Amino acid sequence: MTETVINVLISIFMLSSGIFILVAAVGILRLPDLLTRMHASTKAGALGVALMMVAAMLHFNDLVLIAKAMAVILFIFITAPVAAHAIGRAGYFVGVPIWVKTVKDELFSNYDADTHRLRSGMETKEELAKPSKDKPRIRISSKK
Amino acid sequence: MHYIYLITFGLLSIALVLIFARLLIGPTLPDRVVALELLATVIVAMTGTYAIFHDRSNFIDVAIVAALTAFLAAIGFARFLERGGPRDD
Repeated sequence: MTETVINVLISIFMLSSGIFILVAAVGILRLPDLLTRMHASTKAGALGVALMMVAAMLHFNDLVLIAKAMAVILFIFITAPVAAHAIGRAGYFVGVPIWVKTVKDELFSNYDADTHRLRSGMETKEELAKPSKDKPRIRISSKK
Repeated sequence: MHYIYLITFGLLSIALVLIFARLLIGPTLPDRVVALELLATVIVAMTGTYAIFHDRSNFIDVAIVAALTAFLAAIGFARFLERGGPRDD
């Protein structure tokens, strides 16, 4: 009886994991630009892996393995947003085109891509006139 | 129970094919990096499925290492893009 219930739970978790990852794959193929694609892949993919690890915990029923699967879930949940943030930031700096129907791009009017200065909109006159640092944080061309 | 494993493998394989299509047609380099990261995520899930399917708990360790290398690859590609590698391909 108990074994049947656990098997049904494992089946549900595995199938929903596969479906979530398939949704992530469809999203990464169909969505229009980089940011929306990251939105699809990060969340649905992380949830799919987490559900698969829960299924593994239920299947093996071993304390060491439960700890390892929890480590995988924790690791995925920590690193997926960090990696997505890094790639999105790099993509914005590189100048990846964003979707034409994007409603709001707050960096566009306040951010200078050449000097990497970000204005808050509340600077005084002399602050605006002050020259920026001559060495940008991210080099555009090589130094030769 | 056997069919559940096979259906899950099938769903994950379809996902791999779709992501690989995005990896091929992705217009810019960051698109391809996002596709690679999701590819590694699918591989982690597939390793978990295989561990359950063959009843071998050692494969969870493989899943941990695969997740770690995928994260490092994504961060490395992001730094490479920001530091001024080739901007388009």
